[in-house]
Amino acid sequence: MLSFIARSSIQKIITLFFVSVISFLVIHLAPGEPSQVDPLNPKFTPEMVERFRQQFHLDQPLYIQYAYFYRDLLTGKTASWKDNQPVLKKIWERFKNSLLLFVVGTVLTWTLSFPIGIRSAIFRGGVYDRSATFFSYLLISIPGFFFAYILIILVVSTLHVPVIDMETFGLGNTSWLRWLMDRVWHLLLPSVLGATGGIAVLSRYVRSQMMEVESQDYVRTARAKGVPEEQVHYKHALRNALLPFVTMFGLILPGLIGGSVIIESIFAWPGMGRMAYEAILARDYPIVLTVNFISAVLVLMGTFVSDVLYMVVDPRIRL
Amino acid sequence: MSAKEAERFLQPPGMEKPVASRESQWREFWRLLTKNRLAFVGLFIFVFFFLIALGGLILTSGTKPFFDPAVVRLEEKLRPPLSSPKSEILGSDRIPRLGLYLFGTDELGRDVFSRMLQGAWVSLTVGFVAVGIAVFIGILLGGISGYYGQNAVRADQMLVMIVWLLGIGLSVAGKAAVGILLLVGGSTLFIFSRGWKRNEGRREPSGWARVLWRKTISIDTLVMRFVDIMLCFPSFFLILTVVALLPASLYNIMVVIGLTSWMGTTRFVRAEFLSLREQDFVTAAHALGVSNWRIIFRHMIPNAIAPVLVSATIGIATAILTEAGLSFLGLGVPPPHATWGNILSDGKNFIFDAPWLTFIPGVAILIVVLSFNLFGEGLRDILNPRLRERS
Repeated sequence: MLSFIARSSIQKIITLFFVSVISFLVIHLAPGEPSQVDPLNPKFTPEMVERFRQQFHLDQPLYIQYAYFYRDLLTGKTASWKDNQPVLKKIWERFKNSLLLFVVGTVLTWTLSFPIGIRSAIFRGGVYDRSATFFSYLLISIPGFFFAYILIILVVSTLHVPVIDMETFGLGNTSWLRWLMDRVWHLLLPSVLGATGGIAVLSRYVRSQMMEVESQDYVRTARAKGVPEEQVHYKHALRNALLPFVTMFGLILPGLIGGSVIIESIFAWPGMGRMAYEAILARDYPIVLTVNFISAVLVLMGTFVSDVLYMVVDPRIRL
Repeated sequence: MSAKEAERFLQPPGMEKPVASRESQWREFWRLLTKNRLAFVGLFIFVFFFLIALGGLILTSGTKPFFDPAVVRLEEKLRPPLSSPKSEILGSDRIPRLGLYLFGTDELGRDVFSRMLQGAWVSLTVGFVAVGIAVFIGILLGGISGYYGQNAVRADQMLVMIVWLLGIGLSVAGKAAVGILLLVGGSTLFIFSRGWKRNEGRREPSGWARVLWRKTISIDTLVMRFVDIMLCFPSFFLILTVVALLPASLYNIMVVIGLTSWMGTTRFVRAEFLSLREQDFVTAAHALGVSNWRIIFRHMIPNAIAPVLVSATIGIATAILTEAGLSFLGLGVPPPHATWGNILSDGKNFIFDAPWLTFIPGVAILIVVLSFNLFGEGLRDILNPRLRERS
């Protein structure tokens, strides 16, 4: 166990190093330079541009820029090129908002997809199973923002609640109940949208796992012994079908950043995905690279956690 | 033994016909496909979509296309579907070919039907080219890693590779002279070390040779660690970054989507190759003296292609969705080309005045992507031999 942890940490650090090199190269080798973002702006005199380049080491060779950048990142001193604010502080503020969305979305996904998948597997081939299958394909196939617009129109025109942004603008001092309901309404739609894709995929996976286990010999034996059907499904089958999902807990971590750009843009949600998108458009490289680095760390941590969890849960696995 | 006897020995009476059923692979495939109703519907829509896209390409391109998606009629903007044009204002050359706006017009009075026809081909190409690139890289790297994976990379080869990579990096970074020098240097090193190894290969290595020919890591490790590195990037975010930094064009989007989605295919192909190369028919082919090349392409790839086909079909669906998402963020295919994602994201500004501008492309994308997904999943069931025996 200890040797596995040591080995995989070293491996992950090497991977992280290459990720940092590749992302740095991808961003800096692309045509155009951040100092040329706004050439028509009269404030951008050549001296300004020169000072800007010097201040952010843009006049140095690439490998020195790389060293400067990651030194700053690891000591937490990186500053945004746009407003000179510390990047980590900016990201942390946005991260809290994204986290809220992510937690609600994940809870919705995991609480809904298990009952749906299990029911599909138990009554396989029936009307319920077939319609659940069809709907999950429908939800996977719909373009996210198209679905978002349909939902917004439905909710806004039938329930008359505002849904854009995190809270209603200019709500002022109202009772806490009113404030709470406002927040909940604003949170609900984006997190439901974030969850739909997950529910569709995960419920299919639960179904196939469940069906796989139900065809095992020990399930047949349990039936033959006369164990009640309920107990066969939930005690013998479900417990064994749950194994692979333990590992998936680790793998949902990176979803924090990647999947939310479009949803956050539609709902004007001040989260991390949207900040990264705006930073890309403004060529604010420190923010882009930091977000990329954090998400790579999350991916690596996720795989590590899932490996360890698998070892803990399934004693047959030796890594 | 006379010739006749030998013939009787080889073909005893009553055994004239082959025992196994003569059903070909394709007939079997077709039979299973028609049984799987969802997959069949998926294939049907896919073929239909392909024909429409092909027809759309022919009918909307050229200098004087049959359906012109670029005609601007500002007098007739935002007309609902199935409305007929006011011919007295427009003049005969700007009247749509069908005599009515089948899908309405957009905010510039362009015929949405023609634009959808044009966009069908673009969406299809985005999907197919992106997945083509991904599958090509996937089969190449997965095949190398699965078939030659056990071979170790020698230190001198590693050195050549590092020099090459540095050279490529520097020449892209702007220091072309140093970069090309390094590339040439790497190549001479490569030729030199090959020649040396060939001359001295039989002798016991000594001195420098022992250091240079030391085995480092296996090819398999190298490729798989590269896959791990690529998987660390959040894919949509990476696509977004690259597309935003590069000049906007259709080809950039296709290539970027392709270059960021080959990892799954590599893993599938590697896994299949690892299990196939241990099987008896591959050993038999080796024993017959069949070349490695022929074993890979004639014997192994046909057996490993099933999961690749499935993931490719689903990959096309994902690529179409990704293109639509990029269009929504304003980074999609630039204006002269109409794509479904384009039409949809332009139409969202008029969602209350002209809902058809959102719903027609949205539903079209939904149906096509759905058909690809259904067909891919059906394909998985059909190509799965465990399920095949049961039916």
